[in-house]
Amino acid sequence: MKISEIATLLDAKVLCCEESISHEVHSACGSDMMSDVLAYVKNQAVLLTGLVNPQVIRTAMMMDMRCIVFVRDKNPSDEMIELAKEADIVLLSSPKRMFDACGILYSGGLCPNEV
Amino acid sequence: MDNSTPLTYSFTVHGDDFSSAGEASVQVKKILRSIGFDADTIRRVSIAMYEAEINMVIHAGGGVADLYVYPDRIVIVLTDKGPGIADIGLAMSEGYSTAPDNIRSLGFGAGMGLPNIKRYSDNLDIDSKLGEGTKLTITVIPQR
Ligand SMILES: Nc1ncnc2c1ncn2[C@@H]1O[C@H](COP(=O)(O)OP(=O)(O)O)[C@@H](O)[C@H]1O
Ligand SMILES: [Mg+2]
Repeated sequence: MKISEIATLLDAKVLCCEESISHEVHSACGSDMMSDVLAYVKNQAVLLTGLVNPQVIRTAMMMDMRCIVFVRDKNPSDEMIELAKEADIVLLSSPKRMFDACGILYSGGLCPNEV
Repeated sequence: MDNSTPLTYSFTVHGDDFSSAGEASVQVKKILRSIGFDADTIRRVSIAMYEAEINMVIHAGGGVADLYVYPDRIVIVLTDKGPGIADIGLAMSEGYSTAPDNIRSLGFGAGMGLPNIKRYSDNLDIDSKLGEGTKLTITVIPQR
């Protein structure tokens, strides 16, 4: 699935790195616990989270993720957006709740694991 | 590059600002990428160092992180003058954490940091003295 399709499915705004939204991704994970993401996630390209602080971006950077979806209309700070641009990570903000957003992407064809 | 003289880099980890924690790990990731290590090796080093850097900030008031790049291994040494770890075995167990609730609400403090560092590295050495500080030595061996 392209990142642009994720944005469409989740009614999400693209907050930065719009030039990378045609990038293909295959898997995602949802979590507010960054330590869990660092522990259990393997090669997932998309992180869905309700947490908003710079550590979310750094966690995604460490994991080589391509896209972060902030659920429930949460908006990252300018500092976070700058960090994401540095690593070419697309930031999306969606009005959906975590459970709904994950369900929509799951039925849309994203896997919990990288193929 | 021979085995006796590694490339070395040193970073100050500021203890007063959680939001800047991880800056040294981002730098290290860039350095390793420019040297040309493979993505998996870089990721393992980055995650291990990032967890250790976060620990330095939330448990020890900051410190120093040193990176040593040898031809056959990457070593990161993190030194702090924090309170030290009373029971290293206990601290290493998954889920054990003395982090305050406000840290948990920031996405850390699940007691997974030290176990994560062990999981992603090839060797983890912890040298800690109560009241004096903690020194973590993390070694990652690139796979070919
Ligand atoms: N640098 C450090 N200085 C002092 N105590 C530490 C340090 N690193 C870890 N600890 C102790 O070990 C525990 C477990 O660490 P960790 O597995 O990273 O979990 P967490 O950071 O989520 O609490 C911490 O809660 C803390 O009590
Ligand atoms: Mg920790």
